[in-house]
Amino acid sequence: MADVGVAAGAMTGPRGAKPKKTLSGRNIMLYGTLIVVCVYYLLPLWVMVMTSLKGMPEVRIGNIFAPPVEITFQPWVKAWSEACTGLNCDGLSRGFWNSVLITVPSVIVSIAIASVNGYALINWKFRGSDVFFTILIFGSFIPYQIMLYPIVILLREMGIYGTLWGLIIVHTIFGMPILTLLFRNYFSSIPEELFKAARVDGAGFWGIYFRIMLPMSLPIFVVALILQVTGIWNDFLFGVVFTKPDLYPMTVQLNNIVNSVQGVKEYNVNMAATVLTGLVPLIVYFVSGKLFVRGIAAGAVKG
Amino acid sequence: MASTTEAAVGRQGSAARPRARWTRNISAKIAALPMIATALVVFVGGTIWTVVYSFTDSKLLPRERFVGFDQYERLWETSRWIISIQNLLFFGVMSLVFTVVMGFILAVLMDQKIRHEDTFRTIMLYPFALSFIVTGLVWQWILNPDFGIQGVVRDWGWTSFTFDPLNNPETVLYGLLIAGLWQGTGFVMCLMLAGLRGIDEDIWKAARVDGIPTWKTYVMVIIPMMRPVFITTLVIVASGIIRLYDLVVAMTSGGPGGNASQVPAMYVYDYMFQAQNLGQGFAASTMMLLSVLIVLIPWAYLEFGGKKHG
Repeated sequence: MADVGVAAGAMTGPRGAKPKKTLSGRNIMLYGTLIVVCVYYLLPLWVMVMTSLKGMPEVRIGNIFAPPVEITFQPWVKAWSEACTGLNCDGLSRGFWNSVLITVPSVIVSIAIASVNGYALINWKFRGSDVFFTILIFGSFIPYQIMLYPIVILLREMGIYGTLWGLIIVHTIFGMPILTLLFRNYFSSIPEELFKAARVDGAGFWGIYFRIMLPMSLPIFVVALILQVTGIWNDFLFGVVFTKPDLYPMTVQLNNIVNSVQGVKEYNVNMAATVLTGLVPLIVYFVSGKLFVRGIAAGAVKG
Repeated sequence: MASTTEAAVGRQGSAARPRARWTRNISAKIAALPMIATALVVFVGGTIWTVVYSFTDSKLLPRERFVGFDQYERLWETSRWIISIQNLLFFGVMSLVFTVVMGFILAVLMDQKIRHEDTFRTIMLYPFALSFIVTGLVWQWILNPDFGIQGVVRDWGWTSFTFDPLNNPETVLYGLLIAGLWQGTGFVMCLMLAGLRGIDEDIWKAARVDGIPTWKTYVMVIIPMMRPVFITTLVIVASGIIRLYDLVVAMTSGGPGGNASQVPAMYVYDYMFQAQNLGQGFAASTMMLLSVLIVLIPWAYLEFGGKKHG
């Protein structure tokens, strides 16, 4: 992906014959189509934010595509601290902090384990290591549903079913295939001479990992971080299955707020809650830019 | 490369002090234990466990009373399951065709050396960063009959205008499709764009020298050359579609009319964790596995066809 960017960058410089005209029919078609497509992509974000800034009377009489006449942040406040799920009326903030509590350790544990796996797979091959890796990759295609109940039993036997640690283990397990692949591919590009030199100097498994591999692969750790933060934050199924209601992540609580409200629906509060839930992955996405693309591209090229 | 290292290390080791085979690389093996446990216990063990227990009459708790194919017979006699499968087939085919065709066309447009490519890509890909729950709830709001698109067009004066896909069993899947395509097409576009950029510039030069029109070059030369990209995309998108769950929960909860937008993953969840009929849940999830294998095995065969994987 990086190479592509460089190539595209090189193309912008003046080169070859002077272009005849920029406003050709072809260009109008091309940019016109792209702009129409972009409107389709941006529309939901626009509607979501605009609705969340309107008062309920304005939502009822107004046009959902129109910007608010009178901007109010009341829906945001209400979504964050007062919206009800069942009997609890302490808003989405609880779900937010639960998601933070779930995401932070899950991301750290899953990346730590997967990076060591990738390292062992490249530099410390042992009998059968590639077989386990192949199973892992094929396992990532198996529907989660088939493994849900056995994992419930395992976690129950370990006494951590329904707890934070149970969910962290689940995220580590299901994040492992893609992350291991990511790290394995990256480590295989580090020259083996470095590894050999360190071996000659007497460094062991962990010594080489911490002193050579880790410092040399910070970019791939960032890619893994982006992948995992968005993936775990957006998870719904594991949150429902493996936690109890007071530990529900933000996505689950959001769905409960919007889809099971009794009485009058407050669409502006619902949209404010939706924006709030989408905010973390969106910030990660817009800040990370090309690295996000690199992460999903690495995920796509399995095997 | 690595195997020679291992051999060298092994030789040194055995010269100094003879050690048992399995203790060689012992820290690597210990470090890889989580991976081995995940692969063997969860992925292989968990799958086999569920398949085995799908032949029992487990209700609230799993039990070993084997009843042959009873659960499967009951499964295929349940109208809700039949509807789920039909929905998944329809939704799957539609969204595969549309994501791949639209993704490819967008990638071709993006590949015309356009300005602001990064901006366009950022806009097309951002929905992919959002969860299906957020996606579903936004589109549920836009498709709301009173305040959404239908309401707006009626306010403009076209009072008989009807666009309410989510509340009509006939059209609910199209509603899901609109949201699903919005979320996933940007991702497919990125894969396709990477594929297009991987094609040798000389191919284009040769086509230009021969005077072949651009569209014909795409259809006759580029698409056949991108076959691996298309296949990988299809496999990734298809295995995602079979898991489809969150989007339906957020947009319709399986309705309207109770069953109109049910999908298999929902059936599995409801029977396993709500209706306390584990056997049905296990049988249904085994069917899901089977459908993935139908997608996966031909692909693995094409991709690795006899060669060693990895």
